[in-house]
Amino acid sequence: MLHIEKLKKVYRGGKIAVDDLTLDIQKGEFIAFIGTSGSGKTTALRMLNRMVEPTSGTVTINGKDMMKINPVTLRRSIGYVIQQIGLMPHMTIRDNITLVPRLLQWQKEKSEATARHLISLVNLPESYLDYYPSQLSGGQQQRIGVIRALAAEQDIILMDEPFGALDPITRDTLQDLIKELQRNLNKTIIFVTHDMDEAIKLADKIAIMHEGKLIQFDTPDNILANPINNFVKEFIGSHRLIQQKPNFKTVDEVMIKAISITIERSLDEAIRLMVKSRVDTLFVTDGDNRLLGYLNVESLTGDARSKKSVSEVYIKDIVYMKTGSKLQDSVRRILKRNLNNIPVVDNQNRLIGLITRANIVDIVYETIWGDEEQELKDS
Amino acid sequence: MMSFFTENTAEILLKTWEHLYISFIAILIGTLLAVPLGILLSKTKKITKIVLTITSMLQTVPSLALLAIMIPFLGVGKTPAIIALCIYSLLPILNNTFTGMQSVNENVKAAGRAMGMTPAQSLRMVELPLAMPIIMSGIRLSAVYVISWATLASYIGAGGLGDYIFNGLNLFKIDLIVGGAIVVTLLALVVDFLLSRVERSMIPKGLRIQGGRSS
Ligand SMILES: Nc1ncnc2c1ncn2[C@@H]1O[C@H](COP(=O)(O)OP(=O)(O)OP(=O)(O)O)[C@@H](O)[C@H]1O
Ligand SMILES: [Mg+2]
Repeated sequence: MLHIEKLKKVYRGGKIAVDDLTLDIQKGEFIAFIGTSGSGKTTALRMLNRMVEPTSGTVTINGKDMMKINPVTLRRSIGYVIQQIGLMPHMTIRDNITLVPRLLQWQKEKSEATARHLISLVNLPESYLDYYPSQLSGGQQQRIGVIRALAAEQDIILMDEPFGALDPITRDTLQDLIKELQRNLNKTIIFVTHDMDEAIKLADKIAIMHEGKLIQFDTPDNILANPINNFVKEFIGSHRLIQQKPNFKTVDEVMIKAISITIERSLDEAIRLMVKSRVDTLFVTDGDNRLLGYLNVESLTGDARSKKSVSEVYIKDIVYMKTGSKLQDSVRRILKRNLNNIPVVDNQNRLIGLITRANIVDIVYETIWGDEEQELKDS
Repeated sequence: MMSFFTENTAEILLKTWEHLYISFIAILIGTLLAVPLGILLSKTKKITKIVLTITSMLQTVPSLALLAIMIPFLGVGKTPAIIALCIYSLLPILNNTFTGMQSVNENVKAAGRAMGMTPAQSLRMVELPLAMPIIMSGIRLSAVYVISWATLASYIGAGGLGDYIFNGLNLFKIDLIVGGAIVVTLLALVVDFLLSRVERSMIPKGLRIQGGRSS
């Protein structure tokens, strides 16, 4: 849907910021531009909505030459998440979110409904719509910056380092969120970052830039497996190359059986099950085995002793992995959020297994020592 | 001294009105000229220096001289006085409009552009609201200057509270001079106070609330 051909930008003064960039982006793809500072990522991104006018080359959107579309119309049809958030400080969160709909003169009711819908997508209460940006934390502002780019139902969204300067946990949460939004709403996202982990986690394809040139454009797995030259190899970092093997494993290959209890059971039964299975966490499911939350030893002490049933005390806030996810992602999540384990669900949200820290130790052991053992046996 | 106020109450009110009227028209015209010019300057950086130099040079022409220069062209009366005062009011407003427009965060402006605002929309919805407090403080500064300089307008027959001061000087009547000066000063203070309230109300709400979630 987006065809970029020999795109070039020479700034006044002769600086070649982007040189002969050629690439194709399909609908629904998540593309990450990555590269060292000054490699031309922002310039490349901004040429896609004509914030920066190309010196030469063409961009075709759905078969239409971009240079023939009025820049203002073009920009209203493409979402943009700007570096450093850039919320309007004098507008309420509502007015910030509905900026493009207002420019497009949508009906008030439709804008309002959009604002309510979007703010619920990023897990913020509707009352925040009346707040001003200065009343929100950095992470909350960043979420508003992201949904502002979705408000006019744009199919293509450009994001320039949207998660810069966030703490790792908020960052991780927002990354999950944007990935989910992209999948559910089938958006095409072009994303600039200089964090390789972020690119590997989110992108379907990664474009590695260096001094204005596109060095390699491929899926994360292919880039990790076959870095095209030493620059890319160094850029990826040797620690990631070593991790290659578990990379290709999915959570399904290593997960163990999760001990679960259905929600209508009593606490007595829960405790007996814990003792019997020698676990400190039980996953709570409904009759169809759909994951609802969890129960651990702490949730059974204190207040809870007066309660009778699982439904009264279980914890709803739960982090999980989808079937088919990369094992590496589960490792990252467990370490980043300091979890002991993470449940795996299928596409209908049914509990199918569990990854624990012990699992991960086994995998790491296999990766690092496995080969040697093999060699010892061979010799 | 008190007799000055008690005996001339009606006349003082009339002259105060005249004084305010001259000042107000001068500031109004000055604002209408300087704000658009300041906005224009902030957009075309090349001529900025030249224009700001010219206006600050105008500012240094002694006020009485400027008034006197007006006479051969425009004669005496209110019109030349208003024009002269108007010229004086330009610089602070121009300067502040320029500074205000420059102070608007680049990233916020870029965000507006990226969302698809036309230049006019960006000006109306983003730049002017954010620059307004600074522009308003330029207008307030000008207003105080113009009210005190409007005293001199009496010299070319424009009337106003300056009449008392010039009469007092001619007739060696101290209470006329002091009385006139007191009223002018009070007027300037009151206008300054009122405009400072206006200025505060112009600060967008989102900038007044800093942190804290109680609103
Ligand atoms: N308006 C401009 N005029 C002149 N040169 C510019 C301009 N904008 C960017 N450049 C130069 O073009 C090159 C690419 O800049 P760009 O902002 O695209 O890099 P980037 O990859 O986004 O960097 P970063 O990771 O630091 O954001 C840099 O050398 C920069 O100095
Ligand atoms: Mg950049």
